[in-house]
Amino acid sequence: MSDTAPAKSTVSVEINGHTIEANPGELVIDAAERNGVHIPRFCYHNRMRPVGMCRMCLVEIDQGRGPALSPSCMIPVTEGMKVDTESERTRKAQDGVLEFLLINHPLDCPVCDKGGECPLQDNTVAYGPGESRFVEEKRHYEKPIPISDLVFLDRERCILCDRCTRFAKEVAGDPLIHFQGRGSRTEVNTFPDEPFSSYFSGNTVQICPVGALTSSSYRFKARPWDLTEVESTCTTCSVGCSVTLQSSRNRLLRTMGVDNDATNWGWLCDRGRFDIEAVESDNRLAEPLVDGAPARWSDALRKAAAAISGALRDVGPSGIGVIGGARLTNESAYAWAKLAKGVIGTDNVDAQLGDGLPGELLFGLPRATIAEACAPKGTIVLLGSDPKETLGVLYLRLRHAVVEDKATLIELGHGASGLTRYARHALHGEPGGALVELAHQAVALLPEGQPVTVVLGRTSPTEDPAVLAEAAQVFAAYGARFLSGLTRGNVHGALDLGLAPGLLPGRVTLDAGRSTFTDAWGSVPAGRGKSTAAMLAAAADGSLPVLILLGADPINDSADRALAERALQRATVIAVDTFPTDSVAHASVVLPAAGYAETDGTTTNLEGRILPLRQAVTPPGTARADWAIAVELATRLEADLGFDAVEQIWAEIASLSAAHEGITAAALASARDGVIAAGSGGSGGRPATIDSVPAVTAKRVPLDPTKLRLVVRRTMYDGATLTQQSRSLPSLYNDNEVRLHPLDFEKLGVDEGADVTLVAAEGQLTLPVVSDRGVVRGTAVVLANVPDAPVNILLSPTSPVIDVRLEVVR
Amino acid sequence: MTAPIVKVVTSRFDIEDAHTLAVYERTGGYEGLRKALTMSPTAVHDEVKAATLLGRGGAGFPAGVKWGFCPPGVWPRYLVVNGDESEPGTYKDRLLMERDPHQLIEGCLIACYAAGLSQCFLYIRGEMALAQTRVARALNEAYAAGYVGRNVLGTNFSVDIVLHWGAGAYIVGEETALIESLEGNRGMPRLKPPYFPAAIGLYGKPTIVNNVETLSNLGWILRNGSDAYKQYGSESSPGTRMFAISGHVKRPGVYEVQHGITTFRDLFYDEQFCGGIRHDHQLKMFIPGGGSSPWFFEEQLDLPLEARPVGGAGSMLGSGAIVVMDETTDAVKACLRVVRFYARESCGKCTPCREGTNWLETILQRIYDGHGRPSDIDMLLDVGDNISPGPYPSAGWEAEGLAAVPFPPRQTTICPLGPSAVAPVTSALRRFRPEFEAKIRRRAVNIPLRVEESAHV
Amino acid sequence: MSRLTPENEAIAREIISRYPKPKSALIPLLHLSQEQNGHVTDEAMVHLAELVDVTPAEVIGTCTFYEMFKREPVGRYVVNICTNIAFQLLGAEELLHHAEHRLGIKAGNTTPDGLFTIEDVECVAACTEAPCLTVNYRYFYKVDGEDFDAIVEDLRNGRQPTRKAAETGPDGAIPSHGTLALERQHIPADRAAGNADPDSAPAPVWLEQQA
Repeated sequence: MSDTAPAKSTVSVEINGHTIEANPGELVIDAAERNGVHIPRFCYHNRMRPVGMCRMCLVEIDQGRGPALSPSCMIPVTEGMKVDTESERTRKAQDGVLEFLLINHPLDCPVCDKGGECPLQDNTVAYGPGESRFVEEKRHYEKPIPISDLVFLDRERCILCDRCTRFAKEVAGDPLIHFQGRGSRTEVNTFPDEPFSSYFSGNTVQICPVGALTSSSYRFKARPWDLTEVESTCTTCSVGCSVTLQSSRNRLLRTMGVDNDATNWGWLCDRGRFDIEAVESDNRLAEPLVDGAPARWSDALRKAAAAISGALRDVGPSGIGVIGGARLTNESAYAWAKLAKGVIGTDNVDAQLGDGLPGELLFGLPRATIAEACAPKGTIVLLGSDPKETLGVLYLRLRHAVVEDKATLIELGHGASGLTRYARHALHGEPGGALVELAHQAVALLPEGQPVTVVLGRTSPTEDPAVLAEAAQVFAAYGARFLSGLTRGNVHGALDLGLAPGLLPGRVTLDAGRSTFTDAWGSVPAGRGKSTAAMLAAAADGSLPVLILLGADPINDSADRALAERALQRATVIAVDTFPTDSVAHASVVLPAAGYAETDGTTTNLEGRILPLRQAVTPPGTARADWAIAVELATRLEADLGFDAVEQIWAEIASLSAAHEGITAAALASARDGVIAAGSGGSGGRPATIDSVPAVTAKRVPLDPTKLRLVVRRTMYDGATLTQQSRSLPSLYNDNEVRLHPLDFEKLGVDEGADVTLVAAEGQLTLPVVSDRGVVRGTAVVLANVPDAPVNILLSPTSPVIDVRLEVVR
Repeated sequence: MTAPIVKVVTSRFDIEDAHTLAVYERTGGYEGLRKALTMSPTAVHDEVKAATLLGRGGAGFPAGVKWGFCPPGVWPRYLVVNGDESEPGTYKDRLLMERDPHQLIEGCLIACYAAGLSQCFLYIRGEMALAQTRVARALNEAYAAGYVGRNVLGTNFSVDIVLHWGAGAYIVGEETALIESLEGNRGMPRLKPPYFPAAIGLYGKPTIVNNVETLSNLGWILRNGSDAYKQYGSESSPGTRMFAISGHVKRPGVYEVQHGITTFRDLFYDEQFCGGIRHDHQLKMFIPGGGSSPWFFEEQLDLPLEARPVGGAGSMLGSGAIVVMDETTDAVKACLRVVRFYARESCGKCTPCREGTNWLETILQRIYDGHGRPSDIDMLLDVGDNISPGPYPSAGWEAEGLAAVPFPPRQTTICPLGPSAVAPVTSALRRFRPEFEAKIRRRAVNIPLRVEESAHV
Repeated sequence: MSRLTPENEAIAREIISRYPKPKSALIPLLHLSQEQNGHVTDEAMVHLAELVDVTPAEVIGTCTFYEMFKREPVGRYVVNICTNIAFQLLGAEELLHHAEHRLGIKAGNTTPDGLFTIEDVECVAACTEAPCLTVNYRYFYKVDGEDFDAIVEDLRNGRQPTRKAAETGPDGAIPSHGTLALERQHIPADRAAGNADPDSAPAPVWLEQQA
């Protein structure tokens, strides 16, 4: 080895007479594409295993034994290979394949959604026959049949490329659609009465190379040539999937996944794909409201400022609280942090509603990217997170890592998750400290010498975050890195930019940032403020007279519904929101905000990656950007936030935050995959970021044998505002049930399907009971945020666990 | 001079109850296995290689060499027995399984021992209920007697033979489709490369796929030695082969003949075989190696039954299925029938086969029904060319410089099924074009004319 | 109730145990369900999906690829007449027409009494014995119209055909549709070599002795 030259790292291939350098193992079709030679294809998709079925990509390939027609999607490059994509034989084969595909393809292009963006049309124009010699009757099937609530299938248009079926099996792990029949009567279909109810079904519509699969959301809504599009990022959850937003005549009509190598690989979950319909909802807040009546902005702002000033006068800064902000852009989050902490002077600011994890914990742990978590042959530990239900596309990436790339998955949680079936070890325990012991067990199971990434989340609000912190530290001591499993769209941006008690922008504590931000803002709060739960308690007892809701709905989303209701009734509420939620109904002043796709800016995903948000349509009525509302409100409070454009806000962030140092607008614009905010140093006066986690010992609460410990599970479709305000998704949520381990039934003397009442200290809820082997014995699992069955009436943010009594309804 | 009849694999066909263990043992059964177990696996493998036992499934590749293609050090390796015979015209494997199942089992065991194959799956065509019964009973007997399973005959050689049967799909005879089917999937072929079963087969592991007749030779070879085996047949194709001759002969049947030294003429006309064309008619054409082989005619009768000369004449010997057609045969209808078979049996995976075979059938049916158009003949050839880019080999056209049927054939398809539908079309059109033209000229006048020239996409 | 009966479920589990991966048992299990019910019911497919841990859509995908699996009820006796080339040459079409006329149904249909289904099929692997037919996959060679009538008459009257199916000897009885082999493989536990797990099976021990 020592005396030979280093092996060439590329493979030389001749394509149409030009020599190119390809990567070893690269498929001919990809090598050609990277070098500007497009080979037509239908079945090939670079994020799925090649199958070589459609035969459209046949080209002449000579591997030393003479040219032969070969599927370029199946053949890896080899040194000296000669490829001819334009030979007479290649042309004849391509022409022939297209003629074959068209003989049974209906010519209903004028009424086909795909018309104008159809690979079959495009390839026919470029490579196909000018006319058909087929004069017989075409194949007929019943025209489109619904295969789920979201997707229609037209089998006459289908060219049997196996893209949708491969996606369902290989990528989503939901093989609910399948080839049926044989030969020329082959069709794609579901099992009778078993719909394609995958969380990811919309991707099949996007990758269908013809108009066989259409979405109920977009069918007949537009012609492709009428659409304008901008690239943006989905903020339904915190994965940060890259998308294009497609609109026509100022209406947002469709979103499509864009292949971002760092995040979504082109995929979207159906919730993210279809909840953009809410943007066009008639229920949007379009005008300010004062005491429930439409008002002018100036009056509404004056009223809001007066309430804040009154509280400052009567109680001081601690009399004002700000709840929410995880829905905002980074720029708006910063503007509101500056308004709250710099102008008003309160540290009662919390973007989370008692269902997340402290920012200090995330900042103090070493972080991993999605790609690092999914590294081939690595180890992934799920700790309190259920990505399938809460972070759909992260689930796809993790599943791919395990199924395709031989990663090892170890799951720690309060019961089965969507990834349990892929886990080598699934360690389940009840809330109340069991996860810490399980973490110690899991460390002993970690394969030697593999990098370990922990996906750290808090799916059940009934688990004390201190337990998760202590368990996380067990893995941190082992050298693991962490990927946050917090779910709200821009919760990471909100935390990074200071929308949390005790924090200032740039992942710093109040004390660490005090000097810098006093210089920049004029002042910062003296001490750590209240969390959402504490703010609600204070509002309810009258010591916090003004509550500002930034896109937050504590009645439905906080951990104590009754407390939230009392708080909102007592305090003066200023709501900045896009929809009239249950909480907004309590507001004296409602300020309508621009929603998704209606403003420019950036968002931060769960990796800390800064990704672009772009405006596609104008906001309804007089709604305006959240940051602009902050600027206006500051003005009414006789302060100047110092910016009047998004770019200025970003520049200010980058100048003050060590985490965001060097991430200029130009850097963001040129980075295809976004830019990770990972700075930590203190140059230019920027305070150093939090870099450690203090040791925690969480309280252990043993199981009470007379009760059941409550576990709250999240599901993809729930009462979330955008889900419920979309057209396609509201009906998809599951009814709420109490799930018990089968062995607990006898002990409790209940029968499957019976109605039972869960009785907690805070309230009670009656639901049917079902048996589930994935439930930990001694626990009862219910779903969070199901319309009409609100579990948070049982919860209390001050109890480390929630134990309930189960009463059978007679 | 017709070569004398030698019975290697059909030696027990005339013995009553040959399918039972008792009769099998009484007639030398399992002696080959016993002998193999006294030898090292390598020595057994060498013996099979020395016998030049050519695969009887169609491709004719030497079995011993094929066993050597498994990548070293990759375990486990599987044996899959291809008993899914369904090529039109052939049914030798069915008889071997019905009449002498232990002979096959013994072959499986020898193969597994020699090539280090850890589990064997014996895949029988779904429609062969009797073969399934006989093989199941034979396996149960063989397990009980210690021939199969854990510690075969007290040695450390252990292997299970699992009986499996299909459910009606011709394409499953293709070895990668067979593996898909054995995995519980739709029997659709995988693309080669990369899925050569010897490297990436069942469950992604090295897998040897051998035909029933091939394996049925192994007991005899081990018992009698490769030298004895090579006394029969030709040097390049030793031993015997089974051929099924159907159609217009006086005595259709399945015959075991010496490989490579018996000719088509011997088979068709010799009294010990078929005894001539029925009613002493003239031979019009014959299919020499299953429906997918280009047709032969009078002038190919003296070719020996051996892969190379048959291939050199523009066709192939395939699976040993010969269909003889006399002067009364309608070439258009015969062509239609063969094409219809492949159109019905196309798995639907790749476009040219799924759509193209069906289209060929439609055009042929139209011509046969009297609705043909003059342009149909060129269209048939061109559609065929889009499935199997030409020039397609065809018997008697060596003068034009046509090579033998390449294996696999030139194809725009994944597997050779699509091109199989092209062979009868080119064969019939090259030789009997006037018959097609006559049918087109006599088109039924009472059928409304279709708009022919303006059918634009 | 067209899920597998407890007895058949036990057989199914034995079959599954012979494969390194459960899905491999799918085709034998579909046969088992067809043997039980005469055809493959949706409920049976759901049951099989549970048994081999796949989705019902995957089961139906496999099921519909193979023409022996019937998703609708068929006759107690399924008569397959091959009209492929070797048979067509020797009068298979005439036999098919005779059968259709005799039973009063076109190929692909079932007699109103539910006794007979006729199918026009490709190659049944008996080409030298044309024309021929199979009844529930039992062969009858060189069948003419009279033979056909006699077979039908016997079966209609609840008798096994006077003319026995070919090759069968004592295995000649024709069971109702769905039953193929008359004997099942059974590997005694003490004789089983065991499955070769594709992910972990080691090199065969008998190879090691050769050095």
